[in-house]
Amino acid sequence: MASIKMKSVDAVVIGGGWAGSILAKELTEAGQSVVMLERGPDRSTASEGAYPGSIDELEGNFRHKIFQNLSKTSVTIRNTPDQTALPYRQMAAFLPGEGVGGAGLHWSGVHFRMPPDDLIMRTKVKEKYGEKFIPEGMNLQDYGVTYDDLEPFFDKAEKVFGTSGEAYTVNGQVVGKGNFFAPSRSDNFPLPALKDVYGANMFRKAAEEVGFHPYAMPAANASAQYTNPYGVQMGPCNFCGYCSGYACYMYSKASPNVNILPALRNDPKFELRAEAHVLRVELDSTKTKATGVTYLDRKGNEVFQPADLVIVSAFQFHNVHLMLLSGIGKPYDPVANEGVVGRNFVYQNVTTTTAWFDKSVYTNQFIGTGGGGVAFDDFNSENFDHGPLGFIGGSPVWVNQAGIKGIAAAKIGGPPGTPHWGSAWKKAMVDTYQHSVRMDAHGTNMAYRDVYLDLDPTWKDAYGMPMLRMTFDWKDNDIRMNRYVVSQIAKVTKAMGARDVHLGQRQPGEHFDTRFYQTTHLAGGAVMGDDPKTSALNRYLQSWDVSNVFVIGANAFPQGTGYNPTGMVAALAYWSAHHIRTTYLKNPGPLVQL
Amino acid sequence: MQGLAGAAALTSTTLPVHAARSAGESAYSPTFFTPAEWAFLHAACDRLIPQDAVGPGAIALGVPEFIDRQMATPYAFGKLWYMQAPFVQGPANLGYQLPYAPRDIYRKGIAGAATFVQAKYGKAFGDLDAATRDEILSGFEKGDTLFGDLPAKIFFAQLLGNTMEGAFSDPSHGGNKGLGGWTTIGFPGARADFMDWVDQYGKQYPLGTVAISGETA
Ligand SMILES: Cc1cc2nc3c(=O)[nH]c(=O)nc-3n(C[C@H](O)[C@H](O)[C@H](O)COP(=O)(O)OP(=O)(O)OC[C@H]3O[C@@H](n4cnc5c(N)ncnc54)[C@H](O)[C@@H]3O)c2cc1C
Ligand code: SF4
Repeated sequence: MASIKMKSVDAVVIGGGWAGSILAKELTEAGQSVVMLERGPDRSTASEGAYPGSIDELEGNFRHKIFQNLSKTSVTIRNTPDQTALPYRQMAAFLPGEGVGGAGLHWSGVHFRMPPDDLIMRTKVKEKYGEKFIPEGMNLQDYGVTYDDLEPFFDKAEKVFGTSGEAYTVNGQVVGKGNFFAPSRSDNFPLPALKDVYGANMFRKAAEEVGFHPYAMPAANASAQYTNPYGVQMGPCNFCGYCSGYACYMYSKASPNVNILPALRNDPKFELRAEAHVLRVELDSTKTKATGVTYLDRKGNEVFQPADLVIVSAFQFHNVHLMLLSGIGKPYDPVANEGVVGRNFVYQNVTTTTAWFDKSVYTNQFIGTGGGGVAFDDFNSENFDHGPLGFIGGSPVWVNQAGIKGIAAAKIGGPPGTPHWGSAWKKAMVDTYQHSVRMDAHGTNMAYRDVYLDLDPTWKDAYGMPMLRMTFDWKDNDIRMNRYVVSQIAKVTKAMGARDVHLGQRQPGEHFDTRFYQTTHLAGGAVMGDDPKTSALNRYLQSWDVSNVFVIGANAFPQGTGYNPTGMVAALAYWSAHHIRTTYLKNPGPLVQL
Repeated sequence: MQGLAGAAALTSTTLPVHAARSAGESAYSPTFFTPAEWAFLHAACDRLIPQDAVGPGAIALGVPEFIDRQMATPYAFGKLWYMQAPFVQGPANLGYQLPYAPRDIYRKGIAGAATFVQAKYGKAFGDLDAATRDEILSGFEKGDTLFGDLPAKIFFAQLLGNTMEGAFSDPSHGGNKGLGGWTTIGFPGARADFMDWVDQYGKQYPLGTVAISGETA
């Protein structure tokens, strides 16, 4: 093991996922020399997406071939601060990515803009229901940016991703049958919406019939051939059903690998170093300026990469982990209720409802696309009156059929109550697999004082660093929200003419269970905002404490959104990059003066 | 499916397992499992996915071969799991916390199950009738039996999980022989192109199943 010092560069980017690739692209466009450090291997469609070998469910969804290697580093988890957190030893509840492209290579593609009211949630709730409506212990906060601030960057991200969708309003004019509740857009989606699969179409008709407002989900899965602003091409999605967990062999699902990196790899100002695991960001003696980062290269050498600007874009909880390991910002202390790094750690609150149909009705659940489907937002954001309901937050509801394959079908089996094996299981599975529709209430998760991230006192990763500790549980407000929204789904399944229905609802007092997939939409922990006492980052995602460090990812969300996060992560990445390019680089220093 | 027709005529509910084995067992010889373990594995998989009127069972599908072949992969050595000490037990919802990789779980689990069955029934698991084997497996699935420090529940979950994987994964991994798992449920396998069927609402998909190798059924 040698200690190596590299030649200084303008900017170092930690992580090769969506956030890192966007920042690297924007910074090289601004003339900066950029080194991207990615701890996993280099990846591309040609290798990870090579058909037909790539569409292997065992390798993709069960051995997690292109996901994070937990044997090197994981996290510990507990429900409450008085418990001992235990290591997350097997991939289950969430599935972080690793390698060039990050989770952006194997994500699904649902691509949302944030609801405007969710960005000013505290202000909105106070205004509509009064401050007393906010439960004791809930840290409800605004983002410090508005929808209007971000609109150009939502638009830019959609154009780069080649997003398919149907707008409702463009520049205030109703233009189509898109989401009735969605804010006005400056432009249409780059591509028309994907076709509805059958289950989604039944859901659309039924939702309409009962008076809800269904729309085609915006999807970064191309509905037609497309060339993005960087000149890279996508082909039309063929609903292959191997979306979530796989690299897309059709070049149809947006990924950093397909949509951004081809334009970067040939840029002499850009250098990608794979298998480079960043240990920490180095600070000078004042602790207010980063000098670069230290990483382990593939041979195990410890390397120092000096840089003027450090972009931390290693994924939500890895970003918080790196901040804690590097001493950037004050760690959160839940007892004193002080500090910000680790505060407002949030997740997403999803339950699945299943409807079963007659055996003459084939729903063909193996047909699917990761981002497509039909949703309604009647119970999301401030689209409904929370006053009489007494909870904060909501859920979009959707049929988002990404493709249910053989092993998953066997593990799902039949309706609840049927055995998990034996002849009864087999019959139930055969009777239902081709004749059911699954729909999710994809809900928000609020931030609470005793839900947070810090460093684990016991377990270490393979590099000798303390692992990140998650303290997380479901709370009454969020459980009641889920139960209310799911009760509304019953109207839709009835109108769908389902033979039988199981409403997937969270149970009162239910604890977070790490053994079952929830989503990989973890958020918060180093949030953006206007007040350094309650946020780790300013509204440009710049560290309040170390001004040449920008931290890009879902860590910036003060609350867990009902939508999938990446549309917002990408918009924030472009927003932050814009302000780095137009203001920071001209005069490096804090972009917000207190 | 032709290759399975003979096996499909046998109903393992009435059949002693060694007979089922000779019907379904190919020339494959295991590299991880000992002969006694191999016999247990067959007798158990045969009940988890029985041969019946609905479709082929785990033995005909080559599930034991799949599991044995998996035992040579990094997964079976715990290389995909975080396996750093200390190993502290906690509430079930915080997940698996034992120091055992899949290979250890099988070794300890099968030994524990064999001892348990011998003590209670005076016979090897494979020599018991189907109903008794089901009862024993149910007990492992739901009860609190311990094989030393390995809960029978964990062993059962490992076995059931791998059995399902074997029966319904691509045949290149050794199971799902003749694509019998996929044809049973109507999953078209590696077809992966439904451009022409997305909007054929409510209709059964017309094409058969295909494996990564190009094998069809
Ligand atoms: C199965 C699945 C489906 C999903 N589907 C959707 C969806 O439909 N819609 C949606 O909006 N979102 C979805 N997501 C979430 C989406 O993938 C993430 O929001 C997105 O990838 C985040 O981008 P990122 O750049 O912040 O992080 P990532 O894409 O995870 O990239 C971070 C990179 O940093 C690297 N890294 C971490 N630590 C270090 C270190 N110390 N040194 C060097 N490199 C490091 C990682 O290896 C990784 O490659 C899905 C996620 C999963 C797992
Ligand atoms: S469903 Fe479409 S976007 Fe997803 S992997 Fe298949 S072809 Fe690609």
